[in-house]
Amino acid sequence: MWRVGTVVAIRDETMTARTIALEVPDWPGHVAGQHVDVRLTASDGYSAVRSYSIASAPSSDGRVELTVERLPNGEVSPYLTQELALGDHLELRGPIGGWFVWRTQQTEPIQLIAGGSGIVPLMAMIRWRAAAAGSAPFRLLYSVREPEAVFYRGELQALSDRSNSVSITYAYTRATPKDWPRPPGRIDATLIATGTWPSNLGPTSYVCGPTSFVENATDLLIVAGHGRESIRTERFGATGERK
Amino acid sequence: MGTISRGFSGRRSAAEAKLPPGQYLTTDFPVLSAGPTPHVPLDRWEFVIDDGTNVLRKWDWKSFRELPTETITVDIHCVTRWSKLGTSWEGVSLDTMLRDVKTDASYVMARSYGDYTTNLPLKDLRNNQAWIAFRFDGQDLAPEHGGPARLLVPHLYLWKSAKWVRGITLMQHDKPGFWEGLGYHIYGDPWREQRYTDDQ
Repeated sequence: MWRVGTVVAIRDETMTARTIALEVPDWPGHVAGQHVDVRLTASDGYSAVRSYSIASAPSSDGRVELTVERLPNGEVSPYLTQELALGDHLELRGPIGGWFVWRTQQTEPIQLIAGGSGIVPLMAMIRWRAAAAGSAPFRLLYSVREPEAVFYRGELQALSDRSNSVSITYAYTRATPKDWPRPPGRIDATLIATGTWPSNLGPTSYVCGPTSFVENATDLLIVAGHGRESIRTERFGATGERK
Repeated sequence: MGTISRGFSGRRSAAEAKLPPGQYLTTDFPVLSAGPTPHVPLDRWEFVIDDGTNVLRKWDWKSFRELPTETITVDIHCVTRWSKLGTSWEGVSLDTMLRDVKTDASYVMARSYGDYTTNLPLKDLRNNQAWIAFRFDGQDLAPEHGGPARLLVPHLYLWKSAKWVRGITLMQHDKPGFWEGLGYHIYGDPWREQRYTDDQ
């Protein structure tokens, strides 16, 4: 069933991504990590639907936040990131997905690994842990092209400054902050060794990002001794090797 | 018609007319998997047809590749809403693999390396509708797309085309596989837009 949300806040996260807060009457609630389908309809009835991860923690007030990255040749994301305005209506279906989710009953250490906008469903988990005062140990390894591409920068900083909170390791693939110790590059075995939970602690890992990022990160986790059943993935985009 | 999106006109093309409802066209080949990609060596690969108790047929890679193959050109539709038209595969028809199997079962559970499962009616695997595919676009099937071999059932959403398939188990009664137990439709016909559990 489709519900109609009203845009109640818009925040730019980066040059190309924005967060859209919606108020959705009768929202049934969601679990951290789930997504929604968003439907746009033109005046002649043509419609287009895409899936977007929910960025906000579960809540009972009917508020849902999505963070959308603008794709250069996208059909829906340019509208959501450039055209959509406060007070507009947006059709949603969901929440969807029962696999790439984290629940507070899970007490094992949690390893989050994000590539680019893959941070979005992981942010819902981080926010839910904070809101529910969860005590599961959380670590985040967050790979971005450059410092300006980090989503939720201030909020992540504030959360990681708290005691007993999520500990964050950043990795940069194209450009680093000044005096950063590691040259730009994709995630490698050294970064997995220093920036993630060791396998003997029995963590569950959530890896989200472009396909090539997820393939690389999960292969490294398996080499580092993690069981494949302990790794959950969400991939987006093409493999790039075949057109 | 639903709520009109102020200022949205969308992008339409002639090819959209060939697509199931709610799908869009892509020329890429996106990947959807729940976990790490298994890398299955060919010398350990096998494909088993069983009835839950007894093994009925079994192939290793060599005997599988001695079976007659077909070239298949089909449209594929992913529940995440992309469709790809005219994809080219090489594989062995399930008609060939099921030829000597006598059964009164009505359903199967496809099983994969990496423990993925998906359920299908047995009749959807017969009559030139399903293959075990091992080449895509003239090349060996890449691991992230399900290589060495995957099920190909193009008339259903692509999650039914189990990657890294290792066998099928015949069943008297239908039961949900991996995604079907996590909110996705039990059958998954893209033309009837059977995406989620509560779709008709």
